[in-house]
Amino acid sequence: MNTTVAPKKPRLTTSAMIASIAGEDQRVKAAPFGKTLVEYAANRPEVVGLTADLAKYTDLHLFAQAYPERFFQMGMAEQLLMAAAGGMAKEGCIPFATTYAAFGTRRAFDFIHQVIAEENLNVKICCALPGLTTGYGPSHAAIEDIAMMRGVPGLTIVDPCDALDIEQAVPQIAAHPGPVYMRLLRGQVPLVLDKYDYRFELGKAKLLRDGVDVLIIASGFMTMRALESAAALADDNVSVAVLHCPTIKPLDEATIVEAVCAKPRLVVVAENHSVVGGLGEAVASALLRHRVMPAGFQLAGLPDAFLDAGALPTLHERYGISTEALATRIKGWLQ
Amino acid sequence: MTANPNTVAALAQRAWRIRRFALRMGEVQGQGYIGQALGWADVLAVAYGHALNLRPAEPEWEGRDRFLLSHGHYAIAHYAALIEAGIIPESELDTYGSDDSRLPMSGMATYTPGMEISGGSLGQGLAIGVGIALGLKHKKNPAFVYNSMSDGELDEGSTWEAAMGASHHGLGNLICLVDINNQQADGPSGKVLGFEPLADKWAAFGWHVQRVDGNDLSAVLKAFDAARQLREPKPRVILFDTLMGKGVPFLESREKNHFIRVDPPEWQQALAILDQSQPEGALA
Repeated sequence: MNTTVAPKKPRLTTSAMIASIAGEDQRVKAAPFGKTLVEYAANRPEVVGLTADLAKYTDLHLFAQAYPERFFQMGMAEQLLMAAAGGMAKEGCIPFATTYAAFGTRRAFDFIHQVIAEENLNVKICCALPGLTTGYGPSHAAIEDIAMMRGVPGLTIVDPCDALDIEQAVPQIAAHPGPVYMRLLRGQVPLVLDKYDYRFELGKAKLLRDGVDVLIIASGFMTMRALESAAALADDNVSVAVLHCPTIKPLDEATIVEAVCAKPRLVVVAENHSVVGGLGEAVASALLRHRVMPAGFQLAGLPDAFLDAGALPTLHERYGISTEALATRIKGWLQ
Repeated sequence: MTANPNTVAALAQRAWRIRRFALRMGEVQGQGYIGQALGWADVLAVAYGHALNLRPAEPEWEGRDRFLLSHGHYAIAHYAALIEAGIIPESELDTYGSDDSRLPMSGMATYTPGMEISGGSLGQGLAIGVGIALGLKHKKNPAFVYNSMSDGELDEGSTWEAAMGASHHGLGNLICLVDINNQQADGPSGKVLGFEPLADKWAAFGWHVQRVDGNDLSAVLKAFDAARQLREPKPRVILFDTLMGKGVPFLESREKNHFIRVDPPEWQQALAILDQSQPEGALA
């Protein structure tokens, strides 16, 4: 894989809209979503791209450059974006519709619900700036997108960890017959999972490392943070397992239950999302329904609050989803 | 251009039958948006009896013109038109609004042959129509997309997002039909949220605009033909001023309300009045 290393930069101290989540010296790949979609669409004329004035910022501009006749600019009109994507799907297209997660889910919710999901239309909604990946504050941060999307019947929800996850997820969500909501990491995207014996499989959770004291169940880039925390905690003789769960709905309950039952461990669900309505509550519900009681259960998600604007490292530290903060929280829960 | 009198007479018969089917469905449940159905019947008669390219036995035929019912609560009118067009058997009329019927009170694509979308969450149809029109052009399919909507839906921002999008993308295969009966849930549309000057608004959004009496069959016919035959690559809207309850004078004159109340014996009375005004040659 062609990878580069993120250049060393001083720690961000501005509340920029777009900031990379890649750490210093982190291996990254550029625009994995856009590049993979261009490749996938080469011999599939039914694949079309739509955006609401955010092609450049969702990496869909690469698709627009490669296939201008299959790219449809909807302007800053998210309701139109979702409805038009639905209409195109009704005519046999496989539309990839992109915007930011906050606008796609909050502004256009009824259009996803009624136009796309109610008819089970084959639309792939791919939204950048998921959770807390912007410094702009609540206008742009989408810390409740998964909660909203989980409430939509029949909608598949994917929260990829890194560039590899995205590259492998794009063809699979395209081939999946039905609507999908995928959280998008764009720009310089970390590359992590190639170091593990891992392949993305839609609907499957995968154990990335085993451990005896703690089981972290994570999605999105929090899987990367979980792996980093696990390495740090190992130095303190805390043995941490990491189960990556990139498909939030339908949830791979069998693998989750099996992993929790395997050893009596503290279970921590780590997610770049509000503790309300995300992976954490989905896992908790699954465990209760399966009558599984872990040795402990904690949510390492974002607080149910309107979060501050600021630089991402500052905010991730503040809200407990940085590598260090996650490790510190886990040590606290173990005491 | 003068409409052929024979064509107009045949369409009058269709409109009369559509009104009759709608009244019979209303009688089944004792309710339904009958005022709108009676007011919109002439437009539906021209759509299904003249303008739309359809194969009744193949509701999903690829070459069909797509007719979107954005205002899902007009389902009672739409089912009547689908029965008249031979897409739904008349025998199903008695199931209107009943459990497990293919004819729910609000129109849904997953329930009914010939129902292209699940409308009802108002203001969505035109935006869906933009996508369908783009999809048809992408496939080089020459079919038209018709979006049928109410004047209340002019309040929805998504309608105007779609109006901009359709114009921007030069969607000459998109025809929007607006029922201006000037009634929405909280009162006269103009008082709920004023939308005039409506023709100017659509024109400013880049649309070809016509405004006609939606209960004048000859005018409706000419407007449909003009919309279809326009050469310019721009979307087309026809603004139809209609009279709720049209064809049943005691409903026409009833205090105007979004949901016209009809008491049980009045369904039979309305049918009897309609039968007295049966156009020549129409069959009940």
